[in-house]
Amino acid sequence: MVLWMLELSPLEIEALRLSLLVSSCAVACSLPFGILLAWLLARRDFPGKVLLDGLVHLPLVLPPVAVGYLLLAGMGRQGLIGGWLYRSFGVSFVFSWKGAALASAVMAFPLLVRAIRLSLENVDRGIEAAAATLGASPFDVFLRVTLPLSLPGVLAGVILAFARSLSEFGATITFAANIPGQTRTLPVALYGVTQTAGGDAEAMRLCLISIGLALATLVASDLLARRLDRRLKG
Amino acid sequence: MLSVRVAKRFGEFQLDAAFEIGGPKITALFGRSGAGKSSVVRLLAGLERPDSGAVRLGGRELTGLPAHKRRIGLVFQDGRLLPHYSVRGNLLFGFERAAEPLIAFDEVVALLGLERLLSRRPGTLSGGEKQRVAIGRALLSSPQLLVMDEPLAALDGARKAELLPYIAGLAERFHLPILYVSHDPEEILRIASHMVLLDAGRVLAEGEVEQVMSRPEFAAAAGSRSLLSVLVAVVEGHDAERRTTCLSFAGGKMAVPLLDLPAGSAVRAQIKADHVILARGLVPGLSVRNQLPGRVVALTPMGGMIDVLLDVGCPLHAELTYESCRELQLAPGMAVTALVKSAAILTALSATPARPR
Repeated sequence: MVLWMLELSPLEIEALRLSLLVSSCAVACSLPFGILLAWLLARRDFPGKVLLDGLVHLPLVLPPVAVGYLLLAGMGRQGLIGGWLYRSFGVSFVFSWKGAALASAVMAFPLLVRAIRLSLENVDRGIEAAAATLGASPFDVFLRVTLPLSLPGVLAGVILAFARSLSEFGATITFAANIPGQTRTLPVALYGVTQTAGGDAEAMRLCLISIGLALATLVASDLLARRLDRRLKG
Repeated sequence: MLSVRVAKRFGEFQLDAAFEIGGPKITALFGRSGAGKSSVVRLLAGLERPDSGAVRLGGRELTGLPAHKRRIGLVFQDGRLLPHYSVRGNLLFGFERAAEPLIAFDEVVALLGLERLLSRRPGTLSGGEKQRVAIGRALLSSPQLLVMDEPLAALDGARKAELLPYIAGLAERFHLPILYVSHDPEEILRIASHMVLLDAGRVLAEGEVEQVMSRPEFAAAAGSRSLLSVLVAVVEGHDAERRTTCLSFAGGKMAVPLLDLPAGSAVRAQIKADHVILARGLVPGLSVRNQLPGRVVALTPMGGMIDVLLDVGCPLHAELTYESCRELQLAPGMAVTALVKSAAILTALSATPARPR
């Protein structure tokens, strides 16, 4: 059984590699925006805050296919933003792994923002005030005090978003389709083999790989969280 | 020189405080809880904006400045060390951001005894150690004013006694004005030379500690029914056999319970008005150790009692009933003897040298 699992086929290796690439890119690229939005929502009051909050959370409640379709409409080569990007920079998201990453990022964004926002709200404002009286400007305080103290929440958000990206299917297949070597991530590959006659064994293997990947992510995050906790609490 | 005039409304509470402090000395900001002390501190440090008013420090207008540009070092009651930095990191945080570091790192570390703590994390420190680091951190940010907001309130008696001498010496050593916020008269007696009395958001009195503490407003704010007199004195010597210490003050000598202080130490002696007995002339055969000759200066009705202000070389309040005053036929100018039990005199080592009056 173990040996049977250890020998990965080229299709599996490709799907695994793509899943990791797409999810890492999705999280890494959306993290700065996630922190900015979380900070805005946690610390600032402005008109339209409720609307922005709702907008950020929209992918959580919309059908993923709808998100994929909206992405296609907006970011496709004929779309408003996508068209401009293609004409100006020759960048195209559709039918490429970048599209899959974009779809994953959008779908995972609410989870990322939520976790970071919660931890930003929990940072002791008194300690920030103390840092300010020691001569640290607001941005300095954010970089050296607020952000490090909310790192456990940032980490939780990253892990959640990464896991969500790994399992992303609906928006990806709608926006980026099922293209081997480009957008055929584990879930997309899994869907593909379930649609093929006699693909049961392969489907099970892809399932087990997905489970293994998810478990590895969770264990790694747990270890990291413990180390962070020790660092922060001394 | 710090001059403060700030007004701010917090719901039902109106803060409207104005006072000045200056020179390398400790000024206490005294008031009971809810008097507005912490609000004054937050407004001073720029952590909150006043509705109106102005704050000036050493010729700089601070009113519109954000906290990080004010150069006011703040020591909080709860330390507020950065939990993710070591003790060294906490000390350096302000030091590295100071435009012109005036105080040497090693000097502060040595003075506050922090050498062994440098690599520790704040989470592993005791309450007293945390406050020492907090004081050092504020000093190293090279402030023009050090504000200490009840820095000892969270500590037990022994830790307090251990930290007070450190604080008492800071102002002179670093040539720094210190505003020491406290609701504990004993702490103030020990370390402050001047004080500002805050009550219900307003400044009721300011001046030298001895004078402000003798005022009825202070007695009221301190929750004491009778007035207090604070005498400046010097330890003259000890009588181990009788277990007393002899103090000399402007009006002569006074015996108090044995103090663990070397001769020549400056102390303050606090006497409550209702602990003072008056007699016409010296009285033989009494257990009372101190018989201070003096004169009546003024008689002031206070509630159901009369406050008799005496001059025994310095002002001393005695609280008597109408009946006693009538029997003794007290009148201004009359010579009397004030009797004070040794045990009723609260003494505190004073950081400020005794001045002859």
